[in-house]
Amino acid sequence: MNTANQYLKTIYLVQEIEDGPASTGAIAEMLDVSPASANEMVGKLEAKELCSHEKYKGVELTEEGIVRARDALQNYCIIERFLYGVLDVENFEEEAKQLEPVIDETVAERLDTIIDREPQCPDCFDAEADACALLETDTAD
Amino acid sequence: MSVQSPVGSDHQLARLLQIGVVLEEVVEARAAKHTESDLDDEELTALLEDASEESADHRKRLDALVDELDAETIPFDEIQTLVESQYESDRDFDGVLYDQLCNEETAYKFYDDLIEAIETSDAEFSIDRDRLLGVLREIREEEEAGAEEVTRLMETRE
Repeated sequence: MNTANQYLKTIYLVQEIEDGPASTGAIAEMLDVSPASANEMVGKLEAKELCSHEKYKGVELTEEGIVRARDALQNYCIIERFLYGVLDVENFEEEAKQLEPVIDETVAERLDTIIDREPQCPDCFDAEADACALLETDTAD
Repeated sequence: MSVQSPVGSDHQLARLLQIGVVLEEVVEARAAKHTESDLDDEELTALLEDASEESADHRKRLDALVDELDAETIPFDEIQTLVESQYESDRDFDGVLYDQLCNEETAYKFYDDLIEAIETSDAEFSIDRDRLLGVLREIREEEEAGAEEVTRLMETRE
């Protein structure tokens, strides 16, 4: 299980939404964990030089952190597309979050062999919608 | 749902077992496609046929568990169609062996993570936990042995 990657992906997405450093409150909210847990993990990621954290300003990913976050986001896109396209899961955003810690990149790569994904992935991910903007669902406009 | 408990209910367990079934179906379908191409290598063809049989056995065992959880799995022919639509046929001996190694290692990693997630979860499932873990551990061991078998064949051909 790799919760560090989940945090990196979340920080990346919050930074995108906030167009600047990510507040630990927003990170905790997106992950549905307590602010104390988020603070603790951010501290661990900072020690590994994957992000920097300034009090009252927020969290910013380092270059290495961005690379890992984008890989994690790509895995997440694969899980979402697999759930929606292959298993017909309607609530795929919610279930992808639950499955993320047990589907690592090697497993995601195999699932990727049976789904359609656009070459620009993960740039097409819509942080606010928590899904690929190019994923055509029945509920899409 | 917190990031710490990915297997907290029958529903989540069934979903993960469904993914296991799909992974086995991918292995089976890809091995079948490899053997369709003119490999001209008895040892490799035998290895792929064994892998395909083993995957079919694994998915049936997983299917039975999913069934007990009142869920359904994806029929093999659906996955076969998806694999075939994206399969690249121009694979040589090394490519086929490498793909097979990825298959075995991926399956091993998946079961290893799933077993760990179940072991650390305090959820009550409608399937007996010891029996569930027993089946998954057996499958994991077979995947590990499969990966070793592919590695051995790779080494003898170097």
